Amino acid sequence: MPRKVGVVAVAQTKYEAAKPAWREAEITYQVVERLLQETGLTFAEYGTGIDATVTCSSDHWDGRTLSDIPHGEVAGAHLRAEEKVSSDGINAVIYAYLQILSGHYDTMLVVATCKESQTVGHIIENLAFDPAFQQQIDLDFLSAAALQANSYIHKYGITPEQRAQVVVKNRKNAKDNPFAQLTTPVTTEQVLNSEMLAYPLRSLETKPVSDGACGLILATEEKARKLTRTPAWIAGIGQCYESHYLGDRDLATCEALTLAAKNAYRQAGITDPLKHIDIAEISEYFSYQELLWTEGMGFCDKGQGGKLVDKGITGMGGKIPVNPSGGILSGNPTLVAGMARVVEVALQLMGNAVARQIPRAKTGLAHGTYGPCGQHQAVLILKS
Amino acid sequence: MSNRVAIIGVGQTYHASKRPDVCITELCNEAVRAALEDAELTMKDIDAVVTGNMELFEGRYHQDLWQVDYIGSYHKPGFRVTTGGTTGGTLACTAFYCATSGQYDVVMSVTFEKQGEGDSRAGLKIVADPIWDRWITTGAIGTLARLGSWYMKEYGATEEHAALVRLKADRNACLNPHSHLKLHLKSVEDVLKSEMLVPPLRRLDMCPASEGACAIIVASEQKARKLSRKPVWVKDWVEVHNETRYNRGDPVSLENLEKAATTLFRRNGITNPRRDISMAEIYEPATWAELVWFEAFQFCQKGEAYKLVEKGATERDGEFPVNPSGGVIATNPIGATGMIRVAEAAMQIRGDAGPHQVTREVKRTFTTAWGGSSWTVAHLLSKTLD
Repeated sequence: MPRKVGVVAVAQTKYEAAKPAWREAEITYQVVERLLQETGLTFAEYGTGIDATVTCSSDHWDGRTLSDIPHGEVAGAHLRAEEKVSSDGINAVIYAYLQILSGHYDTMLVVATCKESQTVGHIIENLAFDPAFQQQIDLDFLSAAALQANSYIHKYGITPEQRAQVVVKNRKNAKDNPFAQLTTPVTTEQVLNSEMLAYPLRSLETKPVSDGACGLILATEEKARKLTRTPAWIAGIGQCYESHYLGDRDLATCEALTLAAKNAYRQAGITDPLKHIDIAEISEYFSYQELLWTEGMGFCDKGQGGKLVDKGITGMGGKIPVNPSGGILSGNPTLVAGMARVVEVALQLMGNAVARQIPRAKTGLAHGTYGPCGQHQAVLILKS
Repeated sequence: MSNRVAIIGVGQTYHASKRPDVCITELCNEAVRAALEDAELTMKDIDAVVTGNMELFEGRYHQDLWQVDYIGSYHKPGFRVTTGGTTGGTLACTAFYCATSGQYDVVMSVTFEKQGEGDSRAGLKIVADPIWDRWITTGAIGTLARLGSWYMKEYGATEEHAALVRLKADRNACLNPHSHLKLHLKSVEDVLKSEMLVPPLRRLDMCPASEGACAIIVASEQKARKLSRKPVWVKDWVEVHNETRYNRGDPVSLENLEKAATTLFRRNGITNPRRDISMAEIYEPATWAELVWFEAFQFCQKGEAYKLVEKGATERDGEFPVNPSGGVIATNPIGATGMIRVAEAAMQIRGDAGPHQVTREVKRTFTTAWGGSSWTVAHLLSKTLD
């Protein structure tokens, strides 16, 4: 009989354009301290407190080899297990989940931190491309996304207004999220008139530079029930890689995401996502991605993502509210973004999402992605 | 306690100071092909692929993305873990966690280092805290020299003892088809005439910078029995990280190593490690580390290791072979180094190590990885499940 694992506590910092007063590990500690206070857990002897830690940070963004040295120091890495997942934070959550399932640990701390304000993202993202071909043409995730957006909108006739609607919806939602960075609503006209960065993507269709951290504690059923009355249980996971070379891919689709979602749905017993999922937090680094990803996850047929937002199905009062937190477009740092999706879904299922709460949310989907045009995809299903 | 898991395939590239014939991903592909061939499997049998390396050494961001088309993770689950020098050892643990989680049955783990495509020394220089510690030129050499001088002063070991460790490593490395440095050293004098780096650490006391890759395939108990003729069982594993302490006046930091070994032995009923375990593949970046850490891992009393080396107890045909592969002093592709320890130990248990197979029967092995600020990962492999 597999173990049941739940999220028992979550914490986030306020996401800000820059946090010059705080070093990376100090930001991490703001999250860790809150988690310890909330659960009363300590880094005590194995089996009695937090058993192990998975951190999520990047040598590149922190400008430091072994970036988990400082983060680990404030996250319990004193003579105990600590590992670093250096990709989108949702994978750190999934890894900690696998470690608990393995029977090695009962209670784990997971925390992700990034200070994007300290460096230039373009330089770092360019290093994610193979050095011989794609890196040489100076691609970054924005220019790659523009290629994907073009491919997608032309294949399916997605309009600029539909893309803008995603931004308008998410920025409106962010108003009710005290952790969100951008909380001023925008209009469709403002989005369509904002600066063109890489055709067809305009500045308001991209995420802002952001600093911050988030984290959570996972525990086995037995421990979870002692720590909270409202755990959010992990019901399914899926991860999948796409090919690296953009020219080898059909950028108008996201097969890897479909495969990841399928695996998570199978485990969670979800056959009709639109019916069975009450709330979804999706990693939309760019406006069009929310539409494309919802197609990939089977919320609608291929090419129909625009209609979902047109009909308000993904709005706050809709059938499946997407990104009640305001999403990544309202400001989450890289790496932290995917874990923040899990945190937000857990808050919804615990009934702690306050002004952005979706009533009677029982099943939620968190989605994380990293790499050019969503090369790596991960889906996690939580149930109350 | 964990569900059961076995190693069912191992693969290594040959290692050299430069591998200009391949790029990073092609290098990884060599290790993956070798592991699949060893396990007699194809990528169709693999459920998930995990990967890792030293993040800043080659400067690649999200290295796993470029690897996809070369290591077979296309349309498969996977993720990347990185923990500095312990990465290779950690990535073995990652595969063990995955295959015991019930989520994946057969998992491949791939590690590599191609130091010529980056600058490891530049990478190591920015390990230390930019405010408190960076004025100290960090890196492995100074730390390991300190370990040597402390050991000499504390227990009366001499430079000759370190040289004996090097001679043993070189004899073993010359037999290992995968190893990097095969120096054919003849005497203690050959070692002692090598350049002094930081006293008492000479060039030949220190590990090289190598390029190479390693992959292992692990499976849950049920799958391992079905797929493999010679599964090597993983009894247990322990990971111990700690705070940095470059600047705290502490000459040696052994508590991580001690904690890892103590925990592993206690959990597995090992009361006399040298008797209960057949051999060890230790991550020893320098001769002095092999001596001091052998004691920290409780294979002998404090101050006894160099006497055992004098007697030849740790030779390939000795009472307790240590690093019959030639170890890290001969071969060090950093991200893969920890995993090579596990792969070599698995080969020894299967009796497949070839020319460097130890002469006695290998029932249980102890393997470690080291990195960060004395971070330690330790694994216990076994021929049988009991």
